[in-house]
Amino acid sequence: MNAESLEGEDRPGHTGYNYAYLDEQTKRMLRRALLKAVAIPGYQVPFASREMPMPYGWGTGGVQVTASIIGPSDVLKVIDQGADDTTNAVSIRKFFANTAQVTTTTSSERATIIQTRHRVPETALSDGQILVYQVPIPEPLRWLEARESETRKMHALREYGVMHVSLYEDIAHHGRIAKSYDYPVLVEDAYIMRPSPIPKFDNPKLDNCPALQLFGAGRERRVYALPPYTRVVSLDFEDHPFDVETWEESCAICGAQDSFLDEVVTDDKGGRMHVCSDTEYCNKRLAAQGRQEATA
Amino acid sequence: MYVAVKGGERAIENAHKLLAEARRGDPEVPELSLPQIEQQLSLAVDRVMTEGSLHDRELAALALKQARGDMIEAIFLVRAYRTTLPRFGASEPLDTDNMAIRRRVSATYKDLPGGQILGPTFDYTHRLLDFALAEDGVHPEARVADDPLPQSMPRVTGLLDAEGLIESSEVDDSRPVADVTREAESFPADRDARLQALARGDEGFLLAMGYSTQRGFGNTHPFAGEIRMGEVAVEFIPEELGFAIEIGEITVTECEMLNQFKGSDTHAPKFTRGYGLAFGQCERKAMSMALVDRALRARELGEASGAPAQDEEFVLYHSDNVQATGFSEHLKLPHYVDFQSELSILRNLRRDHDTKAARKEAAE
Amino acid sequence: MTEIPLLEVESLTRRYGRRIGCQDVAFTLWPGEVLGIVGESGSGKTTLLNCLSGQLPPSEGRVSYLTRDRGAVDIWEISEAQRRLLLRTDWGLVHQTPSEGLRMGVSAGANVGERLMAVGARNYGEIRTEALHWLDALEVDRGRVDEFPDAFSGGMRQRLQIARNLVTRPRLVFMDEPTGGLDVSVQARLLDLIRRLVSELSLSCVIVTHDLGVVRLLAHRLLVMRQGEVVEAGLTDQVLDDPQHPYTQMLVSSILPV
Repeated sequence: MNAESLEGEDRPGHTGYNYAYLDEQTKRMLRRALLKAVAIPGYQVPFASREMPMPYGWGTGGVQVTASIIGPSDVLKVIDQGADDTTNAVSIRKFFANTAQVTTTTSSERATIIQTRHRVPETALSDGQILVYQVPIPEPLRWLEARESETRKMHALREYGVMHVSLYEDIAHHGRIAKSYDYPVLVEDAYIMRPSPIPKFDNPKLDNCPALQLFGAGRERRVYALPPYTRVVSLDFEDHPFDVETWEESCAICGAQDSFLDEVVTDDKGGRMHVCSDTEYCNKRLAAQGRQEATA
Repeated sequence: MYVAVKGGERAIENAHKLLAEARRGDPEVPELSLPQIEQQLSLAVDRVMTEGSLHDRELAALALKQARGDMIEAIFLVRAYRTTLPRFGASEPLDTDNMAIRRRVSATYKDLPGGQILGPTFDYTHRLLDFALAEDGVHPEARVADDPLPQSMPRVTGLLDAEGLIESSEVDDSRPVADVTREAESFPADRDARLQALARGDEGFLLAMGYSTQRGFGNTHPFAGEIRMGEVAVEFIPEELGFAIEIGEITVTECEMLNQFKGSDTHAPKFTRGYGLAFGQCERKAMSMALVDRALRARELGEASGAPAQDEEFVLYHSDNVQATGFSEHLKLPHYVDFQSELSILRNLRRDHDTKAARKEAAE
Repeated sequence: MTEIPLLEVESLTRRYGRRIGCQDVAFTLWPGEVLGIVGESGSGKTTLLNCLSGQLPPSEGRVSYLTRDRGAVDIWEISEAQRRLLLRTDWGLVHQTPSEGLRMGVSAGANVGERLMAVGARNYGEIRTEALHWLDALEVDRGRVDEFPDAFSGGMRQRLQIARNLVTRPRLVFMDEPTGGLDVSVQARLLDLIRRLVSELSLSCVIVTHDLGVVRLLAHRLLVMRQGEVVEAGLTDQVLDDPQHPYTQMLVSSILPV
């Protein structure tokens, strides 16, 4: 977000809609909600989510957050599953290219705003960047308590024992914590938060991150935030500490051993290969090795 | 090879072209016009307007055409359009007492002032396919009655109210009306917000919820006190004028249910009410809405029994078909990463299991 | 016994509209003391228990509790957060129906360990050891620690519920018909167990029951309730052996001598 973007109002794009689709009243409402969210890290702020021209569950929360903070001088990157060219990422990137006339990029370094679904980029983020998460279900207590009226009270009173009950159950029945994604975190020793369905591999990247992290859940009408350098701890037990996925394999394309790997089925006879889920990271490594981008 | 997802942009564009072609169908067949949809698929138009919360027959017809007849998709199109429109205020409450009635039935009185008016209804038709309709050129005509219907007809609830037999509908005009499209819902919800959400709610969902109350999951002993359909004036007070002006006329269907009575030490028993209102002739919707509205008043009336239709959070969080379809269908978006994490955990768990089993075997 | 009562109740009244739930109840409970509240159903004893245990706000009156760290507080004056904290640490609440007091979807061990986790225990091994200890104390087979409450019999579920409450070593436990709905032989063994634990842990208890046998065995003192009011109070043996109020006399004479 920059000064220019806040003033660049009411400039209709060639779509016939307002700049970045949302009307300015709605953007102001969203910014107020986001400011509150930043002021209370991890706290879910209700906001009056609008109907967007894409379906609920397909990133309407993230799109609304991005629309409310984006300006013409921003550089936008959109990823889904870590990749810049998955269909939904393409669709959302195109939406903003059309409605907000922003420069888009696949470079995590060049982007001022990165909207993501299900991953945090492998490239470390830096000061001044904003990472916008698309969130399907914002409530970490939802699977333990279906009622919003009750979960809000549990947050208010910090009644979080039940979260560890569910981790206890995993260990009792499976010998280890079996949550693999959307792994709950404790923010600044206060609120328990869902990091959105990122793999737990990405959880450590949330902690002490120099970038501002904004979370938008459109259908559930909530935004929440992690201001830069917020302490974010994944829930665990002392004797069953949090750990992340590891692979015996390395990326079949760039050879990376430190990135989240997607498993690709190559035939119906058990053939598998592992490749970086973050396509930009993979290509960057290839380029550094003086090799060509993998072709499809 | 691995990047089956690459070229997403071109794939999307091609999919859009295919969709457009499929929508049009065989070009030898004449294209549907919006007036045809609006006139001949009028109940579909009514439903799209009601659940899309936008009264515009032409836009609804366009949405239906664009959506290839898919109701929820059409409702979604209308909603996404509506959300971009400026709000300049709320109309005055519709005066359905002064409805230009085309249909009016009551299940509670055999006859009543104004009479029972069947109007254009499927009720009492035999559901036999009419093969004559397969041919063009059918021009049915209905005979116009000799006398026009009375200007206004008393309501059944009004008749009961005069005798003090029904709770009065309390209206607090001083409070601004809720707008569920502009505020995040909170619970317990006020009745205005609740009725708005129900009015936008999916007809099928509300039908099933209302039906469940009739089958014992939160019975409310309903009588269809009155169902009326016809034209009402929409009035609006522009700030600069300070008095109401008529800005148009719309067709609505209204249903008032009479439900089991309720009394206490201090109050003599009275019938209670459930209310439903929909654009056009969405009668099934209006009736379902009235049933569910009444069921949702269980807490207020001290009769909650834990039935699904009495559960405000359950009903209101799940009645919106645009939300429901988006989230249910988002499962077809890629979830490679989460699935990879699950695979990884599952393999670890299986390894633990095998190790444990092997150790046990070795010990035995 | 110390000089300050653990629980002090003054003119406690709860109305439901014009109907009286309980009226003008007053008593004191001393550390280590077990108070029985008896009466037939509808006498207001459960309403009273709910007002005492922070479940139901009274219409009038005070419920003063001697906290460990802040002296005596009116439990209806403190915040809901403090009240709920009290309820899951220094107090126990045993429901008549175990499923109301248990999480039926998680294992016995997790049920017993939950309170520990709620107050910050973060070592799985220690939580489990403590859970096993309390299963032993309640004479529940420790081999069943990973089973779900569904798999337990009614009597065993009740033991599980009690274990779940005792794990934070509360000083005051409220029990609502703790042996209601159980077979007579199961009841007798559970009562014995409760009596032993109460004495070993020097628990203070408020037990609501319609069963005079239960209070005869467990309670030091009795309140007899009728139509929302306390009609007789005193030492258990005194009240049961020499009832003064006609209603108490009727209650006592209507059961077979033990």
